[in-house]
Amino acid sequence: MQRKRWRIRAFRKRRELRPVANRTDQIRASDILLFSTQRNEGIRLPYFLRYYRDMGVSHFFFVDNDSTDGSLNYLAEQPDVSVWTTRASYKRARFGVDWLNWLLMQHAHGHWALTVDPDELFLYPFCDTRPLSALTDWLDASSIKSFSAMLLDMYPKGRIDQHPYRTGQDPLEIASWFDAGNYSIQKNPQFGNLWIQGGPRARVFFADKPKLAPALNKIPLVKWDRRYAYVSSTHNLLPRGLNQVYDEWGGEKASGLLLHTKFLSTFSEKAEEELDRGQHYGASREYIAYAEAVRDKPDLWCKWSEKYINWRQLEILGLMSKGNWA
Amino acid sequence: MSVGVILLVHTAFDRAEQVARHWAQGGRPVVIHVDAKVPKDRFRTFQQALADLPDVLFSRRHRCEWGTWGLVAASQDASELMLERFADVQHVYLSSGSCLPLRPVDELRAYLADRPRTDFIESATTADVPWTVGGLDHERFTLQFPFSWRKHRYLFDKFVDLQRATGYARRIPEGLTPHMGSQWWCLTRKTLSAILNDPERPRHDRYFRRVWIPDESYFQTLARLYSTQIESRSLTLSKFDFQGKPHIFYDDHLQLLRRSDCFVARKIWPQANRLYEAFLTDPNTAQQRQEPNPGKIDRIFAKAVDRRTRGRPGLYMQSRFPRMGWENGVTAGKYSVFQGFAELFVGFEDWLAKSTGAQVHGHLYAPDRAEFAGGETVIAGALPDNALARDGNPKAFLTNLLWNTRGERQCFQYGPADNPKVLRHMTLDPNAQISVISGAWAVPLYQSNSDFAEIRAEAARLQRIEAKMLDELRKPDVKARIRTWTMADFIEAPMEPLQTLIDEIGQKNARRLAEAPRLVDLSGFGQFLQNLKNQGMHPYLMGDFPVDPIPRNRPGSSRKPYLVRK
Repeated sequence: MQRKRWRIRAFRKRRELRPVANRTDQIRASDILLFSTQRNEGIRLPYFLRYYRDMGVSHFFFVDNDSTDGSLNYLAEQPDVSVWTTRASYKRARFGVDWLNWLLMQHAHGHWALTVDPDELFLYPFCDTRPLSALTDWLDASSIKSFSAMLLDMYPKGRIDQHPYRTGQDPLEIASWFDAGNYSIQKNPQFGNLWIQGGPRARVFFADKPKLAPALNKIPLVKWDRRYAYVSSTHNLLPRGLNQVYDEWGGEKASGLLLHTKFLSTFSEKAEEELDRGQHYGASREYIAYAEAVRDKPDLWCKWSEKYINWRQLEILGLMSKGNWA
Repeated sequence: MSVGVILLVHTAFDRAEQVARHWAQGGRPVVIHVDAKVPKDRFRTFQQALADLPDVLFSRRHRCEWGTWGLVAASQDASELMLERFADVQHVYLSSGSCLPLRPVDELRAYLADRPRTDFIESATTADVPWTVGGLDHERFTLQFPFSWRKHRYLFDKFVDLQRATGYARRIPEGLTPHMGSQWWCLTRKTLSAILNDPERPRHDRYFRRVWIPDESYFQTLARLYSTQIESRSLTLSKFDFQGKPHIFYDDHLQLLRRSDCFVARKIWPQANRLYEAFLTDPNTAQQRQEPNPGKIDRIFAKAVDRRTRGRPGLYMQSRFPRMGWENGVTAGKYSVFQGFAELFVGFEDWLAKSTGAQVHGHLYAPDRAEFAGGETVIAGALPDNALARDGNPKAFLTNLLWNTRGERQCFQYGPADNPKVLRHMTLDPNAQISVISGAWAVPLYQSNSDFAEIRAEAARLQRIEAKMLDELRKPDVKARIRTWTMADFIEAPMEPLQTLIDEIGQKNARRLAEAPRLVDLSGFGQFLQNLKNQGMHPYLMGDFPVDPIPRNRPGSSRKPYLVRK
C-alpha cells in the first residue's frame, strides 16, 4: 500500500521536472546507471563524474534543483549525462526522493542503479582492483538485489574551512579522517532496515540530542525494478525485502561505504544557505545544529580519529565487509 | 597418446573462443557444445570465428538448464563425437567456456600420459559429502523434481515435502550406487566409452533424467562401474561458496592462480583481462612459475565462507546484526566488571591497572558520563564519554568499546548508581567476568557529609537496585563468569579472591600479588549501618557488621603484610 502511495506521488511530481538534456537513448541493457539530485554543487561535479566514470558507471541522471552556479549548463554539456531541472520545493518532493523515484521508475528498470548525492563517494570491496560491474555481476549471480553502503562522514584535521577545496580535487585529500567505532544500530520494525547513528555528527553536533542525529544507513545500489520505490532518502525502500541487506544469524553480508565528504571548506557557506532555505529534513534541524556548531567549534577531529587509507582498512575496522566475495 | 577437451559454452563467446584457440594451438582437439538457448546467429558467428581450426568441432546442441539433464546429454554427445573423430585421444577433459587453463597444455598432456589408466573424477557416496545445496543428498536419487529450483523454489520445496510426507521413493536401478562430485572430470577413453556404449545405457539415462542435478552424479556414479583406477579429485580448481555457487576469479587473483597446482580454474570473470592475458599468451612455453601453494587458495576461500556464515565475533555493523543468541560472541573480547571494589579499596583502579596491565576504566555507565581510563573524554574508535549517546543504546556502547580495543583487556567499575540496562547483556555474555561485593555502595555514603535523611533515601534506593541486580546475576541462563560476596565476607579475607580475579585476567604475570590494595578506613561503619537501621532502613546486602568496637578478627592485625589499615 505504502509502496503504491510513494509511486503515485512520484508520478504526480513528474510534472515538476523539465528535461534539459536527455541522452537516455544511449543506454545499453547492461549499463550501470547513477541517479543524483544537486543544487549548486558545481565545484564538486568534475571530480564526482570522474570518480564514477572510472568506477564503471555508464550514464548519469541528475535532477538540478534551481542551481545558480552554472552547474546545470555544465551537466547538460556532458556526453553521458541526462539532466532535468526544477524550481519546485525540495522539501515537498520529500527531499528529492519523489523526483528520483520517478526517474528510476522510467529509466532504471532492469539496470543496476546507484543513487548518491554529489558529496558521496561509493566504496565497495575490491574497488581498487575490480570495476563496479564485477560487483554487480557477482550480486546477480548470487541473486542479491540490493547492496548496503553506510554513510561514513569524512572530515579534515583542523577547522573545516581551513583548507580551501579546489574544483576537480579529490575531496579525500582534505577530508581524510573518520570515526571508526562509535556507531549505534537499531532495527526499524516498520521497514526491516537497520537504523544507524553515530560518527562525528552525533559526537559533535548532536552531543546534547543524540536521538536526533542523522541516519547513516543507506542502500544506494539496487537492481531496479519499476515496482520499487525509495521511502526516505536512500535509507530504506520498498518492498521491505530489499532492506534485508544484513545477516541476522551471525554471518556477514557483503557491504560497502559511502564516503561522505560534506565537511569541506564549502560547508559553512552551504550550511547557512540551506538554513535560510529551510528545505531540509526534520525542520532542517540538522542544519540548525550545524550552523550553531560551525560558528564556535568547527574541528571535528579528535586524537582517536582514523586516517583513511583504503577499503581494506575499512573492512578490517568492521565498517564494511567482503561477506562471501573473495 | 593425447587429451581432448570438451567445452560447454553458453555465454562470453569471445572468452570461449580464446580458450578453444589456446587448446587447439597446443595441439589438443576440442569439441564445443553451445547451449541451445543461444540464438542461431550468435552461434553461427561463434562457429565461424573458429572455422580456421580443423580440430575444433561442434556437437549437437541441447538446452542446458542448471540442475537438469541437458548438461549430461550435452556431455554425452560431445564425448561421443570426440571419441569417434579423434582416435588418438586417450583422455577426455570436460570443462566450460569460463574455465581457464593455468598450466601449459603440454604439461597436462605429459601428466595424463604418465597415468594412462587413471580416471580423474570426484566421486563420493551421498552419505559422505557436506556440500549439497538445499539439504538434499540421497533424496536427489529417490524423489521426483518436476519444478525448477531456480524459478519455482516454492513449488520445488512443497513438492519435496509432499513426497517426504507420503513416503514416496523412486527405485534406484540395480547395480548402481549413487555417487556425487564435481561435474568437471577427466576420464579415459576406456571408461568413457564403456559408459556410453553400455547396453544398459537407455535404462541408466531414463533413470538419471529425473534425478536432481544429474551432472553431478551421472558420470560420477557410472564411472564407479567401469573404471579400474579412480582418482577421486577434479583436475579443475573450483571453489564453492556456502550456497554451492562457484567462486569467481578476478584479476587480483593472478598471483594465487599462479601458485595453484591445478591444470584448469573455474570460474573466471569474463572481463578479467589480466588473467586471460597472463595464462593464454603462449600455450607451450612454461610460464615463470612459482612454487605451487594450493593451500593458500583454499584458505582464502574457506575464510570467505566462514565470514559469510559465522562472521567476526563481537562485530555489529551495517551488514551483520545478529539476533540475540546468534552472535557467535556477544562481544569481541574478554572483560572484567567490578562492583564495589573501588568503593572498598583506596586507589583500586590504579592498583588493578598496575597488577594486570589491563586498561582499567572507572564507572563506564555512571549517570553523568562514561569515566574512561585516565580521565579521557574520547577513546579508541572515537567513542565519546557522552552519557546521553551511551544510554540511547547501552549495549552498542559496550560492544563498540570492546570491538575498538580488541587485543587489550578491558576492566571497568559498575554499581547500582549506574545505568542498569546493560547488565542483562553482560550476564548473557561468556566474555564477561563480573565480580560483585554487595553492599559496598554504603561506604561512600558513610564517608559523605550529606544530610542523613538524604543518605538514608539514597541507601534505600541503591540497595533496592542492587538487590535486583543480584537477582539478575542468579538467573539460570547467565553465561558470564560471576562471583559475588557480601562486603563482610570479602573484607574477612580479601587477598584470595583478589588473587583469583587477577589470575583470571591473566595478563602480565603469574607471580603472586606483591602489593595489596589499601582498604578504606571502616571504623565507625558498623555504627553507620546501625544508624540507618535506627532510621527504619534495613541495610542487609553488606552482610553482618557489628556496631563498634570493630570485631576482633577484623583485617589488619593478623594479615599485616597485605592490608594496612589507615
